[in-house]
Amino acid sequence: MILSFVEHEHGTPAETSLEALTLARRLADGAGGPVEAVAVGDEASAVADALGEYGVERVHAVAGERLDTYAPEAWGASAAQLVDDLAPEAVVAPGTDRGHEVCAHVGAKRDLPMAANCIAVESAATGEAWELTRNRWGGSLIEHARIDADTKLVTAAEHEFPVEAAGEGADPAVEEFAPDLDDDHFRVRVDRVEESDVEGVPLGEARVVVGGGRGVGGPEDYDQLEELADLLGGAVGASRAAVNEGWRPHDDQIGLTGAKISPDVYIACGISGAVQHMVGCKGAEAILAINTDPEAAIMQKGDYAVVGDLHEVIPALNDAIRDTK
Amino acid sequence: MNVLACVKRVPDTGAKIVLTDDGQAIDTSNLGFTMSPHEECAVEESIQIVEDHGGTATVMTLGPEAATEQLRTGLAMTADEATLLETDGSEWGPRATASAIADAVRALEEEGESLDLLLFGNESADAANYQVGARVATELGLPCVAGIKTLDIENGTAIAKREISGGEEVYEVDLPAVVTVKEGINEPRYASMRAKMQARNTEVDRRDPDTGEHAGTLEMVRLEAPAEDDTEAELLGEGAEAVPRIVEVLRDDLEVLG
Repeated sequence: MILSFVEHEHGTPAETSLEALTLARRLADGAGGPVEAVAVGDEASAVADALGEYGVERVHAVAGERLDTYAPEAWGASAAQLVDDLAPEAVVAPGTDRGHEVCAHVGAKRDLPMAANCIAVESAATGEAWELTRNRWGGSLIEHARIDADTKLVTAAEHEFPVEAAGEGADPAVEEFAPDLDDDHFRVRVDRVEESDVEGVPLGEARVVVGGGRGVGGPEDYDQLEELADLLGGAVGASRAAVNEGWRPHDDQIGLTGAKISPDVYIACGISGAVQHMVGCKGAEAILAINTDPEAAIMQKGDYAVVGDLHEVIPALNDAIRDTK
Repeated sequence: MNVLACVKRVPDTGAKIVLTDDGQAIDTSNLGFTMSPHEECAVEESIQIVEDHGGTATVMTLGPEAATEQLRTGLAMTADEATLLETDGSEWGPRATASAIADAVRALEEEGESLDLLLFGNESADAANYQVGARVATELGLPCVAGIKTLDIENGTAIAKREISGGEEVYEVDLPAVVTVKEGINEPRYASMRAKMQARNTEVDRRDPDTGEHAGTLEMVRLEAPAEDDTEAELLGEGAEAVPRIVEVLRDDLEVLG
């Protein structure tokens, strides 16, 4: 059996969890067993309604006092206790902050190996090691690895497993699971949520992102990029070089140690296209690069290229777009 | 407040990562080395906390003798002490690494150096296993909060914030605790020349790490550079003359206009 960890909001599963579930089902097919899901919180049993079409046979709804608010160790301990009871071949979690964190706690509590951000996993018969590939360096390098454990822990890299419904859907059985937890498990728990006061579209959700790098030359000239982003209903991002210069806040940084974006189009202005930057924007449907240097890496890696100074191109582009409206 | 920051020595990669012929490692013959960016921020955070609250900032790494370079970077940033868990340079997995760090923390405590806060990067730049912090915390029986971009210490409590869509989750965790941080939590300082000189003369505490015993395995077989997208970018033109064509592409091909 493969146990898939499902994040949800009021019973609606997250897209990344459905991606992980798609991987879990493939693994279950290969290993010859069912897929079951684990979800935590008050409305966890409601998630079952949405999971039948993804081939889930049973949903383990972990509920209990204090579990409705995210508490990584308590959630991890719950999943670990479920692993004790069910002895799954593997636990598959989404490659999100929480997916990684809960999986890491299961691994820590049961001393099980964990492979993070997998892009492919091949299951095998019980008792045999599995082959997998996973992202290193944010996906600019791939590791081929072998995992062998009674229960293998893997997280599915985001956007690598397009969500597929199962052939035939059935209503999954729901089983309540009451974990044995004490105060120590709740030492870390979300105390409160502070809403962001930043206006506009969040970088990670924007359909259009206008990125500026060292070529922008200074903080003032981001005004032109802001204007273009406004005209296209998008958001402005920056390279690590520009953030290090102090031209933009770190929240705007796109790349390995910043935001991962997945817009319809990424307009990269004055950005050279180092590996560390490209791993942050590889989720973009299309990349349009504007750079004075036709040999810049991003001019090769992108889909569209404009050779020129962004200080000339962007204002002219802004005027032209305004004219079309 | 005694604060430990754990760092990893990683190659300072450029525009393209080149592998050794056997695919077992990155070809570093033409590369320098650095600390993972998240961890550089962990070191900066440890120093700032000690500046505000007093105590000792220690930087620790598991790696070969050459990793003293990264420890000296931490010392030059004005960390007080440095510990090298010296290996032969082979890659240690996250479970072995966590066991070795937990052992070292226990040994420091037996020697009378208790730690209030253990800082890690959320994930290393290279292997990115996302788990060493949680494993160390579990071995030591400490709470662990991951992925933090704002950290304040007030009366023995860590107030830690993690970015989520549309805002931040706030955690309040009693010390001692493990916190894993992300770049952006602070701006790491540049070391002064004088601090760099001093760092050269600071003695590094060296210890022999042990992998611990673990059930099951996760073994690297080989590395692979992902296939390059070799379709050439379509040149839309040069300078402002390209604008009409850009507008066409945005409107007709990408459908993000109008």
